[in-house]
Amino acid sequence: MTETLKAAPVSQPVLSVKDLKVVFHLRRGDFTAVDGISFDIMPGEVLGVVGESGAGKSMTGTAIMGLIDRPGEVTATSISLKGERIDGLDEESMRRIRGKRIGMVFQDPLTSLNPLYTVGEQLIETIRRHLPLNEKQARERAIELLADAGIPDPAGRIDSYPHQFSGGMRQRVVISLALAAEPELVIADEPTSALDVSVQAQIIKVLKRLCAQRGVAVMLITHDMGVIAEAADRMIVMNKGKIVETGPVGDIIHRPQEPYTIKLIEAIPSIKSQNPRYVAAVAKGEVAIGGKTDAPIVTVDNLSKVFDLSPSLFARVLGGKSRKLVNAVNDVSFSIQRGQTYGLVGESGSGKSTCARMIVGLLEPTSGSIKLEGADIWRDKEATARRRQKIQMIFQDPYASLNPRWRVGEIIAEPIRALGISKNATEIGDRVADLLERVRLDPAAMRKYPHEFSGGQRQRIAIARALSSQPEFIICDEPTSALDVSVQAQVLELMSRLQEEFGLTYLLISHNLAVIRQMADAVGVLHNGVMVENGEVEQIFSDPRADYTRMLLDAVPDIAKVA
Amino acid sequence: MLAFILTRLGQSVLVMLAVSLISFIMFRYVGDPVASLVSQEASIADQEQLRERLGLNDPFYEQFFRFVWNAIQGNFGISYRLQTPVAELIMSRLPATIELAMTSALIALVFGIVLGVFTALNRKNPFAAGIMAFSLIGVSLPTFLIGIGLIYVFAVELQWLPSFGRGAVVDLGWWRTGFLTETGLRSIILPAITLSLFQLTLIMRLVRAEMLEVLRQDYIKFARARGLSKRAINFSHALKNTLVPVITIAGLQLGSIITGALITETVFQWPGIGSLFLSSVAVVDVPVMAAYLIFVGFVFVIINLIVDILYYVVDPRLRIGGTAKGH
Repeated sequence: MTETLKAAPVSQPVLSVKDLKVVFHLRRGDFTAVDGISFDIMPGEVLGVVGESGAGKSMTGTAIMGLIDRPGEVTATSISLKGERIDGLDEESMRRIRGKRIGMVFQDPLTSLNPLYTVGEQLIETIRRHLPLNEKQARERAIELLADAGIPDPAGRIDSYPHQFSGGMRQRVVISLALAAEPELVIADEPTSALDVSVQAQIIKVLKRLCAQRGVAVMLITHDMGVIAEAADRMIVMNKGKIVETGPVGDIIHRPQEPYTIKLIEAIPSIKSQNPRYVAAVAKGEVAIGGKTDAPIVTVDNLSKVFDLSPSLFARVLGGKSRKLVNAVNDVSFSIQRGQTYGLVGESGSGKSTCARMIVGLLEPTSGSIKLEGADIWRDKEATARRRQKIQMIFQDPYASLNPRWRVGEIIAEPIRALGISKNATEIGDRVADLLERVRLDPAAMRKYPHEFSGGQRQRIAIARALSSQPEFIICDEPTSALDVSVQAQVLELMSRLQEEFGLTYLLISHNLAVIRQMADAVGVLHNGVMVENGEVEQIFSDPRADYTRMLLDAVPDIAKVA
Repeated sequence: MLAFILTRLGQSVLVMLAVSLISFIMFRYVGDPVASLVSQEASIADQEQLRERLGLNDPFYEQFFRFVWNAIQGNFGISYRLQTPVAELIMSRLPATIELAMTSALIALVFGIVLGVFTALNRKNPFAAGIMAFSLIGVSLPTFLIGIGLIYVFAVELQWLPSFGRGAVVDLGWWRTGFLTETGLRSIILPAITLSLFQLTLIMRLVRAEMLEVLRQDYIKFARARGLSKRAINFSHALKNTLVPVITIAGLQLGSIITGALITETVFQWPGIGSLFLSSVAVVDVPVMAAYLIFVGFVFVIINLIVDILYYVVDPRLRIGGTAKGH
């Protein structure tokens, strides 16, 4: 704080917001999304705004930009940019401020660029709108901006279309666009949430470096406390449209004052905290988790999957294109002990989900074997039948994995009916009620539809469905990545308790290393379809052998890293 | 690009072969061609001789091959009813249908897109709401009713426009056009409006829905956040994305304009290929029907080909070699 003040002798904030309110006038009454918040951002400062979904943090950014559409209404005592009022301006004057004086970066780089124009066209368009440059000068500036954002060969890539860039590269393009006209403030709304950890770290660095070089103030909106810890100087914690707490990042993370903040920070798993079961085992003197003698429940041997993405024969012959085979999973072997959790980590495209889909029987392996209690589930007919009952799956997106036209009771009862476990309607009803109770939901929920539940509750329904066939092995593919941190903590806690209650075995797939460290007993690290490291969780997290694992662990933005 | 077009061309040839097979089966096996050709007094022996001479006793594939070969050369046989070559008959009627269809397509596309964009951008405007309500009529009223209604109002009551026929035509040697005479131009107005109304309202509603969808996208929000002008956002960013799906539907609709001309041509006694088909159906003039079938198939295949190529031009994501590269 004091440093930023020194850096700007004129202690006039870049942005000063006083009593900002955003109200949506809906048919069923007014909904207040942002409820009278006030804050300042100093020149060169990175202000983090954190909160769970529905806290009103994105709404705050959008309101400052004047981008709230009807039925939303923005009122504020004042919003000033360098002392100049910008609230209540007409559309045309606001347009001169957007892009020119306030730049914006959105969450999803896949959707924030127009797919039909080259990145160069979009950059030049923005530059020429705000700066008095001709086409050629604007193009030169665009190439400079792309180079600054760390895009290799910018002069060659400027005429590429957005789909020709990877997610991280696209977000760099979006950052160049936001900085195109030398704004005084950048509002970054979840700039890294859609990206892999290693890419996430690079993007945070690029954003911080570019803004520091240019003396641009940043309002960094995110749900990820780790990102704030890594990047921000000062932070605001928001809940239900109000500011709960504000102060320097280190102070809030180490000494939160408000009960809400304390709860929020407790809920965040850190990659620095050891696995609780490992700690308990050490305390009891049973450190040798490695010395398991029971036969593993699932064994994966030399598993490979090749996808044939070749162009059609005709195109190959005429266009001179060659065959294109992708090794999604390449010679992967591991085994999972009964009653344990095996964590599979890796970035997008590393083959984790392909592995999961082969184990659950959705995708046939190209070679290698998957054995359930010693029998190959792809070759042995009987094992295939057993697989259906014993292996179940929980998916990432609880909004998409439940049929919206079915009642919850029917959704949970489906595996029971499909596998012929029970045919008696009352018995099925009792079972469903029991399952709902076990996932801590009211049995009356079975008569409702999925849309009547929140994300966390829906994921509980998905868990109840997975449990209904009385499986022994559950594959959880990113079960909490669509959820808020406090909800994530509840779902993980529920999963641990169910594991003890039913003696379940989990295969937990996640890109979130902190979640893996907290939940798993053993871990496999996948990189481009190859298993680069495999072993006990604490051994891998405290003493990683593979370079890739080390890079991954270093890249994670984590609250424990804050000074 | 070349490989893509050649692949599509190859597929088009396959489709045309399938269409001609159906057409051939109809031509050869719906009724006995010999019975339609000879008089009732002809002896069995004479009929047999004719059958042999026409090659009707040859194996199926040989007959089919001959049929396709003749069709490629534009030889579709002789009309039973008019005793003139079918190809000549079709060529004499084709200009009328093509001129009518193209005029209708132009009306449908221009007004459909303009009105669609207008109603999407001004949702609260009472005039836009009026257009939307009025468009329901275009979608729900049958073509013949609209045609008769227009004739009643503009030809019978107001007497502004002719109620039937094509007016005077100018012979350009290979094409007889109605566009060069005043009566010709006046005559095309009512049938063109009748034929285009359904397509116009369909395209308009489609453009409106697509445009509203596109305006909700993140890249439009981002374009606004970059401070771009309203015109740049609406007409260069939003409209281009809107047109991607519209091209497909509009293309297929243009095909159905040509086939749908059948009813309009009958209502307005337009001397086109549709009315030729209808009068041939009445007397089971099989060669004309078979040729019409091939013609319609051909039109659809060509339009699909053009739509595919347009798609390729508009949407860079479909171009081959456009894969993501490294982090």
